[in-house]
Amino acid sequence: MKRFLSVILVVAFVAALAGAPARGGEVDVSGSVELQARAFWHDPQWAGQDNRALQGSVASITEFRWRNEDGNQRVSLLPYVRWDAGDDERSLSDLREAYWAYEGDDFELLLGANTVFWGVTESVHLVDIINQTDFAGDIDGEDKLGQPMVSVSLQRDWGEISAFVMPYFRERTFAGVDGRFRPPVTVHTDNALYESSREEKHVDVALRYSHYIGDVDIGVSAFSGTSREPRFVPAADGQSLLPVYDQVDQLGVDLQYTREAWLWKLEAIARDGNSESFAAAVGGVEYTLYQVGDASADVGLLLEYQYDGRNEFEPVTINDNDVFVAARLALNDTQDTAVLAGFSYDTDTGETFVNIEAERRFGEDWFAELRLRAFSGAKQGDTTWWLQKDDYVQLSVSRYF
Amino acid sequence: MNCTRVIILTFVAAVLLGTAGAVFAAEENRGFDIAARSDRTDLGFGDSEVELQMVLRNAAGQESTRALRIATLEKADESVGDKSLVVFDTPRDIEGTALLSHARILDPDDQWLYLPALKRVKRISSSNKSGPFVGSEFAFEDFTALELNKFDYTYVGEVACGDLTCDVLERTPRYENSGYTKQVTWVDQAVYQIRKVEFYDRRGDLLKVLELNDYRDYNGFWRAHKLSMSNVQTNKQTDLIYGDYSFNNGLAENDFVKGRLSRLR
Repeated sequence: MKRFLSVILVVAFVAALAGAPARGGEVDVSGSVELQARAFWHDPQWAGQDNRALQGSVASITEFRWRNEDGNQRVSLLPYVRWDAGDDERSLSDLREAYWAYEGDDFELLLGANTVFWGVTESVHLVDIINQTDFAGDIDGEDKLGQPMVSVSLQRDWGEISAFVMPYFRERTFAGVDGRFRPPVTVHTDNALYESSREEKHVDVALRYSHYIGDVDIGVSAFSGTSREPRFVPAADGQSLLPVYDQVDQLGVDLQYTREAWLWKLEAIARDGNSESFAAAVGGVEYTLYQVGDASADVGLLLEYQYDGRNEFEPVTINDNDVFVAARLALNDTQDTAVLAGFSYDTDTGETFVNIEAERRFGEDWFAELRLRAFSGAKQGDTTWWLQKDDYVQLSVSRYF
Repeated sequence: MNCTRVIILTFVAAVLLGTAGAVFAAEENRGFDIAARSDRTDLGFGDSEVELQMVLRNAAGQESTRALRIATLEKADESVGDKSLVVFDTPRDIEGTALLSHARILDPDDQWLYLPALKRVKRISSSNKSGPFVGSEFAFEDFTALELNKFDYTYVGEVACGDLTCDVLERTPRYENSGYTKQVTWVDQAVYQIRKVEFYDRRGDLLKVLELNDYRDYNGFWRAHKLSMSNVQTNKQTDLIYGDYSFNNGLAENDFVKGRLSRLR
């Protein structure tokens, strides 16, 4: 309830502040409030889960941005709050960004919390390792938590080099006892275990090189520190799981070759994890048919294959030997109407996952998104077995300021 | 005698043919020369920044507006294209979305799209020349293709255009994947600016008419401040209403790299 009040307060504050776009030296305030309803058509699979078919939440992100008159310094503050009506563990307060940055002609220094994305593929983001996933927020792994860091980027003719020092670790969020999308027992996030004796204060480091040569975009990255993905061990009482965050070293490479309407993509990592070293990769192609049927709409076709060589002593992945196919329809209309329909198939176990997302703007300030997600084909013991009753439809309506 | 006559006749014929050829070539070059003269009025602008409103209007007259900023870096060499950066301020749900283009002449441009919700930079295909730019009546190629050597030119004639006199040129795209078979452009004879363009679709039918108005002089560099693109087949219209341009902002190559896309706000 406290979080609900904070959402209301933030909304009122933003509504009071939001006005004309700021000029140099002024603070620009913008943001959005999102109402989200999820409908589940199966009864929950596990004891304790909220059995209501309709579940709601409200979330708000506010963006405070300031830039000095010279334009070479900026401050960004992006508080995000979410209140879930049923699951306390899904309620969250976070700072997605809270940094000060200084830009020179060919470098940038940034201090504070930030969100950084690396990679090129659509179905899984192997290389992207800086930010923790807000898994309670969305199971697709696209929602992230702000990562405290000091980062320096250098731009040269031959590419950009970025270095990151991360003094504090963010734990992954998981559904609570009331929530859907959880194993039979809950993940006890208050008692996380760490390989490092410094626990969440272990200083992680990362380096990234990014450039393009003609039609090829290339990224090479290295990370050493606390794994963003946890393993799980049973708690002593047997009633919950404890997340375990190992120390890992990871090398990653991402490549995209762009040729006419074809995008060829590859991401690959090698990780020295808990037990042994392993490699994982995802590769595929995106092909776009422009102006289908002489209309202004585009249809994108995606095909990706996921491989992951990790053993059972590493964090569980569902993306180990899977084929992903999808079609994306963009109407290119004034409202930016778009639909994405995707299907994943695990060639080892036969598990499938269907994901359909449709979105459209209404007027100038309203935005609506409809999602449908369905799981099937998992046998007892398979990775998605514990999600088998969690098929759902989600409608979210956002008002932007 | 006969021999002399043959030589003289051959000579006369050669001169006549040569003159005709030269006249014909001059007519052919005239189109290019006028286009080049127009293009070269812009030589040496260095860099520019401008804010603009994009007003989209459907056949029923309903309007929606987008606010955007465009920064451009000139590449003096005509065999290399300019670099440009388009950033959206509204609608709010796409605020911060940015398109970085490194224009090339006959090869496809290099383009990157920045998606602020995911903070993701994505290299995109630029073969989508004829697709609508953000739901407007402007195609991608209308926004990025204004390089001299992307077209072949033919001189058509001379007509009155408003208070001015315009040279009319037909230009045909030399690059691949264009949605147009030809464009007819009106270039005024006073300050050599493009006043109007007619776009003909792949079937050869008139598709769109672009009118460029409210030209202002920035120390010899002319910029239109109202561009109206009307689709004559659908009756939809998009207006671009520009604010004041600023030149010589000290922009450099490093302001047009993909790594900067996440730092624009």
